[in-house]
Amino acid sequence: MLAYVINRTGLAILIVVVAMTLLYGMIHAVPGDPVNVILGPRATPEMKIELEQRMGLDKPVVVQLVTFFVNVATGDLGVDVFSNQPVSSLVFEMLPHTLYLVFAGIIWAIILGIPMGCYSAIRRNSFMDKFIGIISVGTIAIPSFVVALYALLIFAVKLKWLPAIGVGEAGNVQDMILHLILPAFSVGLSWVGYIARMVRASMLEVLGENHIRTVKAFGLPQRMITYRYALRLAILPTITILGVGIGRMISSAVFAEIVFARPGIGKLIYDAVVSRNYPVVMGSVLISTILFVAATTIADFIAAMFDPRIRKNL
Amino acid sequence: MTQNNSINHSMSGMSLFLKKISRDPLGILGLILVTGMIFSALAAEWIIPYDIAALDIPERLASPSLDHFLGTDHLGRDVFSRVIMGGRIALWVALVSTAVSLTIGTILGLIAGYGPRWLDNLLILSFDAVRSFPTIMFALAMVTLLGPSMNTVIFVVIATSIPAYGRVVRTQTQALKHNEFILAEQSQGAGMIRVLLVHMLPNVIGPLLIIASMDIPVVVTIEAGLSFLGLGVKPPTPSWGSILYDGYSFIRNTPWIIIAGGLPLVLTTLGFTFLGESLRDIFDPKLNKEQ
Repeated sequence: MLAYVINRTGLAILIVVVAMTLLYGMIHAVPGDPVNVILGPRATPEMKIELEQRMGLDKPVVVQLVTFFVNVATGDLGVDVFSNQPVSSLVFEMLPHTLYLVFAGIIWAIILGIPMGCYSAIRRNSFMDKFIGIISVGTIAIPSFVVALYALLIFAVKLKWLPAIGVGEAGNVQDMILHLILPAFSVGLSWVGYIARMVRASMLEVLGENHIRTVKAFGLPQRMITYRYALRLAILPTITILGVGIGRMISSAVFAEIVFARPGIGKLIYDAVVSRNYPVVMGSVLISTILFVAATTIADFIAAMFDPRIRKNL
Repeated sequence: MTQNNSINHSMSGMSLFLKKISRDPLGILGLILVTGMIFSALAAEWIIPYDIAALDIPERLASPSLDHFLGTDHLGRDVFSRVIMGGRIALWVALVSTAVSLTIGTILGLIAGYGPRWLDNLLILSFDAVRSFPTIMFALAMVTLLGPSMNTVIFVVIATSIPAYGRVVRTQTQALKHNEFILAEQSQGAGMIRVLLVHMLPNVIGPLLIIASMDIPVVVTIEAGLSFLGLGVKPPTPSWGSILYDGYSFIRNTPWIIIAGGLPLVLTTLGFTFLGESLRDIFDPKLNKEQ
């Protein structure tokens, strides 16, 4: 297990390094030059040279890349072009809001998705199974930002049941939860369908196995068989998918944060893109990529913990 | 004679497809939605009652009426006309980027699966690296550099979907690599290009096309999403995303614009998904259900 953890972590770090190198390479390959991007068309040559030196862009690409990684390793993500604040403090100030949102989304998707999947698997081919199947495909297909917009329109603007914008008053837990409901709904909805389908498929497989037949023969109630014995195995593929899901949820969170005007890493990067604040964009992309890779890696660890076969083939 | 046969063959394939899909209500629904969407995109010029950029300020933010089926936006433009034209943009972006990424992904996947080990490792590592960016984050980084435009959207979609196609093709190629018919071909002196194009490609293309059809909703969503953020297709070109943004800005005045911009997007993604699922069940039941 330890060897697997070390190898897998090494691979994760390698992937992040290659990903950032690719992004850096692309930045140098495409026609837009960061300095022009930041300063705009009216910049004087002196301003350009000054900024180039400040950002280290006058040095060779390889040197820049190495400097970038050395800085990242020491926690330095560069400086906001406009406010001169360190990017890392901006990102880490915003990150908790995004994490709350993503976790709230995952949790309600799990709470609803797992029972839906189990029910479908047990009552296979029943009317409810087919109905849940259609709902699942439907929720997977609908874009999360349309869900966010419709939810905003219906529950906040028309019915006025829930607040429309912001995260709520800091410290007031009830208010913050009320503000979290609609964004978390839009972030999690497509995962309800995903989880239900995954659980159904793996549940059907597990229910056919010998040890389940044995507990059935012992006369245990179906509820107990499903949730205590079968789900334990059937949940594994779902955990792996959830790891990948974090990355897609970060994408949905960007939209949820913009639609509901919530602070967070999505709002941060969006504002930075609009104002062409290049170091903030790079820093946010790096942090969200690290988050994504970390989530998939941890999901793989959990899967390997339950299933020794995974440890062998990395 | 041979030509005749092949026509007959494809005819029977088509009728088989129609026969099978007729037993799948969701598949039919998908087929109808997709056909309707493609038709309205192709015939957009003849369908739209107003010019998509024609302003009518006194009539701004009007509710649906016989003059304007879906009302008007904040500049008095006819929302129905813009929605129909937006469909054309969405379809164009989806088709171009899917075709290009499918081609590049297939070539890279064939190379990774058939080529030397080190090249395989290198390609797989780069695939994984590209996939490790959350899509929207990668898109935002590219928009910062390239500026918002339809071409940026297409580029982002191509870059992020190549790895998915590449991986599928690689797995299939590796599975086929040691089959007898490939070994036989090699022993008769066939070159790499011939083996790959004549023997590997026909065997990997089927599942790939199904995955591509299920990927179209994702592409449509990315285009609409970026346009919603004001980072995709440039105004005044209509896109479902930019219509949604206009609606979002005036959400307290009129709900019609958001409903009108969102509904076709939902129907299109649902249509392609239902059709894709149905195609997969008909042509390739083995393909992993959760892919």
